[in-house]
Amino acid sequence: MTILTFTAVVAIVSFVAGLLGSLTGLGGGVVLVPLLTIFFHVDIRYAIGASLVSVIATSSGAAAAYVKEGFSNIRIGMFLEIATTFGALLGAFAATRVPTSVIATIFGAMLLYSAYVSRRPRPHAQRNLPADPLATRLRLNGKFPDLDGERRYNVQHVPTGFSLMFGAGALSGLLGIGSGAVKVLAMDQAMQIPFKVSTTTSNFMIGVTAAASAGVYLSRGYVDPGLAMPVMLGVLAGSLLGTRILVRAETKSLRLVFSVVILVLGLQMLYKGLWGYI
Amino acid sequence: MNAAPAHSNQPRPFQPQPWRDRRLEILLGNLLRTGVMLSAAVVLLGACIYLYRHAHEPADYRVFRGEPSDYTTIPGVIRSAIGGHGRGWIQLGLLLLISTPIARVTLSILGFALERDHMYVVFTLIVLAVLLYSLLGSGLTI
Repeated sequence: MTILTFTAVVAIVSFVAGLLGSLTGLGGGVVLVPLLTIFFHVDIRYAIGASLVSVIATSSGAAAAYVKEGFSNIRIGMFLEIATTFGALLGAFAATRVPTSVIATIFGAMLLYSAYVSRRPRPHAQRNLPADPLATRLRLNGKFPDLDGERRYNVQHVPTGFSLMFGAGALSGLLGIGSGAVKVLAMDQAMQIPFKVSTTTSNFMIGVTAAASAGVYLSRGYVDPGLAMPVMLGVLAGSLLGTRILVRAETKSLRLVFSVVILVLGLQMLYKGLWGYI
Repeated sequence: MNAAPAHSNQPRPFQPQPWRDRRLEILLGNLLRTGVMLSAAVVLLGACIYLYRHAHEPADYRVFRGEPSDYTTIPGVIRSAIGGHGRGWIQLGLLLLISTPIARVTLSILGFALERDHMYVVFTLIVLAVLLYSLLGSGLTI
């Protein structure tokens, strides 16, 4: 394949991944690494580097749209970023030492978990929970505009959420993804943050988390300009279009299709990783 | 008549001020988007040069070789971009992209300082330190 064809095909695939990722809310980065490694025979380290860069682009690109909605909690975000950035730094250094077959295996497991999370109904934060003393001291509790007026929420289980976010950051640094599935576990399930708040806040956090491992990736030569260019531009264009046309009625079947794709790619990655083909 | 409620004279407990929070967030959101668009433009410029020169060479990413120092250090990238290399410009655009969340964190420090929220100034400084360590401490500047 010549560079021109390769660039064009990778750009189109990235565009579709970014579009589907933003329409379904599952993120595009998670399918890019397996697609690049399995179908384009790209070394997983180059694939991870390119994917991580695209994660920053989508997070920062969508931030302005999310902020207008007024749900994100800047304090929850900044507090948890302490955990995610340390995790990401650790994950990125681990990525440079761990054999690629191990990375592929972990990636496969992560994909299967993401597919499972996407099929399960999203946990609804319980209402009217008592204020947790630690959350109060950290000023994490907040309010947001809801259908029936202003809704207050009290953040729960801060240490559990913080530890889980460290894990989310480490996975993000190791695999070059946004690791939204772990964030759901930490923010929605453990900390009981309302859906709208956790989605918009975690979008803000993803870019900062990815930036923490990007420096390590760049200096270790994981970011190849020829590959990162079509991936970043494609995913960015796709996800920006996705946030524009968000057709709510269609997302249900789209989510099903996309989670099947994630499942199949996860099984492939697991197989290739465990048998040492990657 | 219509006297102000008695408690309005008492000092109010600490509350994050939503309007300030929101103005800051909108500013940050726009900053991020501008940064992304700028970096995408630089990457696109690099892509044009790169494809114009190398379009018909074979693409091969099967074997990991790492990258030459032109693309892995900040001085190397700048040198390569000034030299008119497409890949140097792409890499410069990506560096710009990585620095947008860092700029966001830096501005947040200012926002928290304005609100006199010292705890969050410290939290944000910790995050910034990790980000700068990744960017500057991992060999990018050599």
